[in-house]
Amino acid sequence: MKLPLGCNIPEMEKGKITMAHGNGGVLTQRLIEEVFAANFDNAYLSELNDGAVLPWSNGNLAMTSDSFVVNPLFFPGGNIGELAVNGIINDLLCCGAVPMFMSASFIIEEGFEISKLNVIASSMAKVAKDNGMYIVTGDTKVVERGKCDGTYISGCGIGNVLHGVSLSPKNIKCGDAVIVTAPIAEHGISILTSREGLGFEGKIQSDTASLKTMITNLLFNVPDIRAIRDATRGGVATVLNEIAEASDKTIIIDEEAVPINKNAAAAAALLGLDPLYVANEGVMVIILPMERAAEALSALKRDRHGKDAAIVGEVMDDGEGEVYIKTIIGTERILPTLANEQFPRIC
Amino acid sequence: MKLNDGTFSSQDEVEIIAERICRIIDRKWRIMEVCGGQTRSIVKYNVEALLPPQIELVHGPGCPVCVTPSVVIDDAVSLVKNRGVTLLTFGDMMRVPDSGGKPLSDYRAGGNSVKIIYSPLDALDFAAADTGREFVILAVGFETTAPLYAFAITEARKRKIRNLSFLSSLYTVPAAIGAIASDSESRIDGILAAGHVCSITGEREYEILSRKINKPVVITGFEPADIMLGIYVCLKLLQCGMATSKNAYRRAVAKEGNIKARQIMYEVFESCDSVWHGIGLIPESGLRLKKEYEQFDAAKRFSLKTAKMDDKNRFICPAGEIMQGKMQAGQCKYFGKQCTPETPLGAAMITAEGVCSILYNYSSVKYGKAAVIR
Repeated sequence: MKLPLGCNIPEMEKGKITMAHGNGGVLTQRLIEEVFAANFDNAYLSELNDGAVLPWSNGNLAMTSDSFVVNPLFFPGGNIGELAVNGIINDLLCCGAVPMFMSASFIIEEGFEISKLNVIASSMAKVAKDNGMYIVTGDTKVVERGKCDGTYISGCGIGNVLHGVSLSPKNIKCGDAVIVTAPIAEHGISILTSREGLGFEGKIQSDTASLKTMITNLLFNVPDIRAIRDATRGGVATVLNEIAEASDKTIIIDEEAVPINKNAAAAAALLGLDPLYVANEGVMVIILPMERAAEALSALKRDRHGKDAAIVGEVMDDGEGEVYIKTIIGTERILPTLANEQFPRIC
Repeated sequence: MKLNDGTFSSQDEVEIIAERICRIIDRKWRIMEVCGGQTRSIVKYNVEALLPPQIELVHGPGCPVCVTPSVVIDDAVSLVKNRGVTLLTFGDMMRVPDSGGKPLSDYRAGGNSVKIIYSPLDALDFAAADTGREFVILAVGFETTAPLYAFAITEARKRKIRNLSFLSSLYTVPAAIGAIASDSESRIDGILAAGHVCSITGEREYEILSRKINKPVVITGFEPADIMLGIYVCLKLLQCGMATSKNAYRRAVAKEGNIKARQIMYEVFESCDSVWHGIGLIPESGLRLKKEYEQFDAAKRFSLKTAKMDDKNRFICPAGEIMQGKMQAGQCKYFGKQCTPETPLGAAMITAEGVCSILYNYSSVKYGKAAVIR
């Protein structure tokens, strides 16, 4: 990803933060590039990946940072605490690292029930324990009622990069395969429908999960994996665009091959949302040589989080970093990064 | 990935219809799909790649957000800024600019009270829970949404909710199609009518419309195969010179429509002349609250200027011309340059059903290359 250094924060400085700056699309990207990356610029940051890989006396370390502001805090399939720990684990996995330690900072709204906080913390502890990770430091701040939404969690994770593993979009070559590891759009639709009481409750659950076993098994058993990305905010389409741009390759995917469950597809169609842009919390996009794809699929499918994994596309050629989609009726079109938040339709 | 249950959008079905279209076509035709949802399908599935070059699709005015005049947004803004009301609206309206170019989301970011709702009925609970505050619903939509607003209004009356009113910009589609199809500059040969609107109105209004404009009108759905079938039926009517209406969406549209929805709609609203943003005043093309429900009319409650609607923004953004088939989005000098989804000059570049945002997001128009790569 190119940092527009030298071109200093043009439009951004004038405006105010809107919700669209947080959706993972073009505005998020610009906010990161023009405000944060431009100010913090250094070699480790410049890949703008899910985490950074840092040189260490014994191999490489991976470090990631993430914040969680989900509403509702408790949703079908999980809560904000599980989301935080799973999210940090998955980000480290995308660097080819085994998660080791994390921090957890809480910004808590005055009046928030301690019992709920306890439920959140205990589910974080369980996920961490199940994944052999320790929550080793943290912080607590309380803000006045109305200044935050229950609680926000922010954390930093550190992991040990597996020996011989180097994941980066820069490794990607023409002819590589694109794998999506699980049915898409479950998390975003579950959050939206439970927050707004849209009546799908229980039918669609968040897919929040640690993918540690699945991804480490893959990395141990299948060589030459080029890149792995966590398809969270902005969904699979946004991540594919980031990969295409960072690698200067053209990617084409087959709409029919993208795994999606019937309920999520129906809810998305009803709400007028494109599932390819809806957030996931347990879906990875993996790029690897085509000749390794079958092997990788069988490794992924051995894990319950990867049983629906599918090859969805191919890296075509050196190009302008664009993504195309072959639609279900056999035509093709561009699959861009969305500029704005998706809103449910009016009519 | 199947976006529905897959019953009517397979490649085989679409290809069979495409082949028939190619077999019978013998001259050029311009067909307008009315609804933004159809436009979205056409562009998202690149349906045009399967059509013979003689068919030109014109993307019509069927996006309620796009046709809402800026003055309505101005009124909404003045209510939240100066009158301290909480404005309730569908998410799509958040990004639509007022006549000064500033969207509601900016006013919300500036600390004004604007909330997104997913159903007009949500508003009743908001209002009932905080009776010391005035709530105004920015009610935008077509015949599909109007019955819901009507139901919410009758419920509000039943529940004696007095701090809720409606700033309404509701439209009825047939009159607008009639106006556009009769405009010689639009050069429309046939119409694909929006299936979900027809599921409320029924077939009759479209039979009348078809006779009035002397052009075929085909009721069509939203899946790629629905649209292809609609085009095929329209083409057959065109080539036999038959100005009649046909229902090619029987699985969803009953001949008599949804009688109950229409009853409640016309219990609360009555037909009126309305200004469509970028298009102008169209007689009998809107809905306003009846006298017996005027206590819920925000324009009356807050003495707003909406009653005398004008349309300030139309000279900057030519989307009205595009939605009438007088211009293509790619010909607009702002498209993809000054006007993008991040910096929209008009609603058509913003909403999920707006023609410019659809073309910008899902087609190669902005890239200046052929839509299909092989």
